[in-house]
Amino acid sequence: MIDKRVGSVSEAIQGITDGTTLMVSGFGGAGVPVDLIKGLAQSEVRDLNIVINAIRFLETYAPSLFQDRRVKSVVCSAFRGRDREPSNYERQWQAGELAIDLSPQGSFSERIRAGGAGIPAFFTPTAAGTQLAEGKEVRDFEGRPCILETAIKGDFAFLRAAEGDRFGNLRFRGTQANFGPIMAMASKVAVAEVASFSEKPLEADQIHLSGVFIDRILVAPGTGA
Amino acid sequence: MFKPLNRNQMAWRAAQDLEEGTVVNLGMGMPVLAASYAPFGREIIFQSENGIIGAGPEASENERDPDLVDASSRFVTLAPGAALIESAASFAMIRGGHIDVTMLGGFEVASNGDLANWDMQVPNKGQLVGGAMDLAFGAGEVRVIMQHQTKDGSPRLLNACRLPLTAPRCVTRIYTDLAVVDVEENGFLVREMLQGMTQEDLQSRTEAPLAFARDIEPLTPPDL
Repeated sequence: MIDKRVGSVSEAIQGITDGTTLMVSGFGGAGVPVDLIKGLAQSEVRDLNIVINAIRFLETYAPSLFQDRRVKSVVCSAFRGRDREPSNYERQWQAGELAIDLSPQGSFSERIRAGGAGIPAFFTPTAAGTQLAEGKEVRDFEGRPCILETAIKGDFAFLRAAEGDRFGNLRFRGTQANFGPIMAMASKVAVAEVASFSEKPLEADQIHLSGVFIDRILVAPGTGA
Repeated sequence: MFKPLNRNQMAWRAAQDLEEGTVVNLGMGMPVLAASYAPFGREIIFQSENGIIGAGPEASENERDPDLVDASSRFVTLAPGAALIESAASFAMIRGGHIDVTMLGGFEVASNGDLANWDMQVPNKGQLVGGAMDLAFGAGEVRVIMQHQTKDGSPRLLNACRLPLTAPRCVTRIYTDLAVVDVEENGFLVREMLQGMTQEDLQSRTEAPLAFARDIEPLTPPDL
């Protein structure tokens, strides 16, 4: 019988090793897989390659990842720290210890979507003629200059949903979905923490993400957001 | 003497141009304020790039739902007819040309419509681009709400942007605390200006040359 539930956070993050590329969903506090992020912080993995829209959320829930210099590279659309003083990750970037790939949020999303959909690269007008196009191939399509953006794939993805079933089918609430579906599709192992687990399979037409894209379900009712 | 508009008045002025039935994305800061000043009875669909199609007013303290935030990370409500989608679909809406108007904050606008609004080049601080470029490249129309000058009195309406560009030749209209300015083929054209202000007053606060519309109107917001 298919049952993707895992019993603990450590089981949920098993297989994440030094050098893993990890995608983390969440936007403005909604859909942030808080228990999984905290679990990751307690592990001892290093040299992580992180794919996350706004890096500050990772520092909020897992400050030790940066205090202990355990992140090697970040793909994101928002790398600025909230405070006037530079954050740990801004200092590490300044010191050349942390590599950044800053991507417009739509290109970031589409690169991940492409990663999960078997599209290795695509052309888009977004960012053509700006600093973020530097070093990228340019071609004209439909009379506009477009730049070549490459797909992003992950070894693992962390996301949060409102409800899941044993097949890994998910239902989101509010704006929880954000990057979760595309990150799950673009990763080898997708781990969803869910506020509640449905013993009965979710109604087929109430499912927002098919369980085919989900490998592990962690029931984590306690966390907000 | 003239009195510059405050933030609420700038947002109010920009909101008056939002048309019935349009799909509009509002950037952080003054642009999101505009939603509350849209003329009464006009139905406008506010898109928020984290996945809300039809955002309503900001949530009151007891309405707050941690699972429902907008792209400015504010707790919001949903308007009638709202839909919730994931990020790739939301950006397909933006990049695929399905947004009629975006109103964004700005640091600088050049007289050819170039926009700089994402990187202030603050020393030792990381960069944040968010959805600004996708919106500036993808929306049907890009309007900017910003102060006419910087805090230290430097102009923001320029011959050429000095800060890194968000997108070239994208801005159609600028709402400032002093004027409403269109970007036309030949450069800036002032449509509205504060009462008590002369053309020379406005030009002296602007780097790029200004043309003035023949039917220029006074900029007269209510007290807000």
